[in-house]
Amino acid sequence: MTSISVDAVFCPRCGQPLGPAGIASGEHAVCRRALDLEPPRYCASCRRRMIVQITPSDWTARCIEHGETTESTWGPA
Amino acid sequence: MQPGVDGIRNNRGMTEQVATQPTASPTSPTTPDSAADILTVAREQVLERGERLTYDQILAVLRTSDEQLEELLAIAHEVRMRYQGPDVEVEGIISLKTGGCPEDCHFCAQSGQFTSPVRSVWLNIPELVRAAKLTRDTGASEFCIVAAVRGPDAKLMEQMRAAVAAIKGSVDINVAASLGMLDADQCQDLADMGIHRYNHNLEAGRSYFPNVVTTHTWEERWETCQLVKTTGMELCCGGLVGMGESLEQRAELADQLGELEPHEVPLNFLNPRPGTPFGDLPVMPANDALRCIAAFRLALPRTILRYAGGRELTLGDLGTRDGLLGGINAVIVGNYLTTLGRDPKEDLALLDELKMPIKALSDTF
Ligand code: SF4
Ligand SMILES: [Zn+2]
Ligand SMILES: [Zn+2]
Repeated sequence: MTSISVDAVFCPRCGQPLGPAGIASGEHAVCRRALDLEPPRYCASCRRRMIVQITPSDWTARCIEHGETTESTWGPA
Repeated sequence: MQPGVDGIRNNRGMTEQVATQPTASPTSPTTPDSAADILTVAREQVLERGERLTYDQILAVLRTSDEQLEELLAIAHEVRMRYQGPDVEVEGIISLKTGGCPEDCHFCAQSGQFTSPVRSVWLNIPELVRAAKLTRDTGASEFCIVAAVRGPDAKLMEQMRAAVAAIKGSVDINVAASLGMLDADQCQDLADMGIHRYNHNLEAGRSYFPNVVTTHTWEERWETCQLVKTTGMELCCGGLVGMGESLEQRAELADQLGELEPHEVPLNFLNPRPGTPFGDLPVMPANDALRCIAAFRLALPRTILRYAGGRELTLGDLGTRDGLLGGINAVIVGNYLTTLGRDPKEDLALLDELKMPIKALSDTF
């Protein structure tokens, strides 16, 4: 599951701008649903394509400008 | 919507995909068994005598109605229990080299030929070892290392040698590999490294394959599969369904896999990936996916049949359960190569509820 920050400017799945209401606006609803089963591919701040590594238990996405995010996809034991 | 047993009852008429031209039947040219008696045939031939279904019979299974689905899944489950037992083989998979592949498999987000957002990257060995440990902690007996390549070059073989040694030095788990097409020397090298199972999928039935891949042939894939079998490694070979193939072509894949007799068949349901030629195809209806599971089990009564990619999207939670009670006896835990999977705790709780023990490492030799 990929969480989307409230101050995201670009959609982490398709890279298109999110608009003034951000991810809550209802646009990109398909992307939002898909992100349940996908890591982000675009940096939400600058829309660069990120380098993404997936392991069975987590993913790491790296933007050369905005750094690295890691999220565990396995809940607490 | 999450289909399942209720879905089976309610989704009448939601069956077959639009078929392209039927292909010549690869095996027996007899008239297909009618949908009415194919279940009786399956019981007698597969369950009682342990003989796999023929092409025509597989096709008849794929043509059964939603009303027959519950009974069909029950027969497939009985076949699995009789010839494979209640154990479920659990596996984790990891991408050693992601993206930038020169091939053009139309379903794949890792092809360098499409405008997919997946960027090319290599995973380092400490991360591989960490992932193997976490996978083992779930009870899994298999850890498969995958690379997005046409076939391995010297650099990749060296990486594999180091990776397998590092994993075997600290984690008690079987290591499998999927590195594309192999020559005889590479095949032997991998077996010597201690790779116990090699994955190379047929991907599609022979007649549909040119619609899926143009940069290599089905026959090249078949040859690598045959080569693997000569080295003593177990062969893992499956494919995808829901790529726009006809029911005939779907039956063809199951029949050709039956002829190949791999140790394991991973069954993928197309998860349409943005930017790929199959990115706009519809997700396969759940009941069609369940019919496929049963048909593949009846075509491969003694093979490990694994849920691979796409089950979360195609089947949801209830459908996942139906498949485990309809012929599936292996799962991939956690994430896939470019997409995410379920939390293993959910899968393990489901297996527990279904009284299906995780296959022990000691039972895998
Ligand atoms: S399926 Fe394998 S060979 Fe085909 S494009 Fe993807 S990574 Fe390459
Ligand atoms: Zn979007
Ligand atoms: Zn950025």
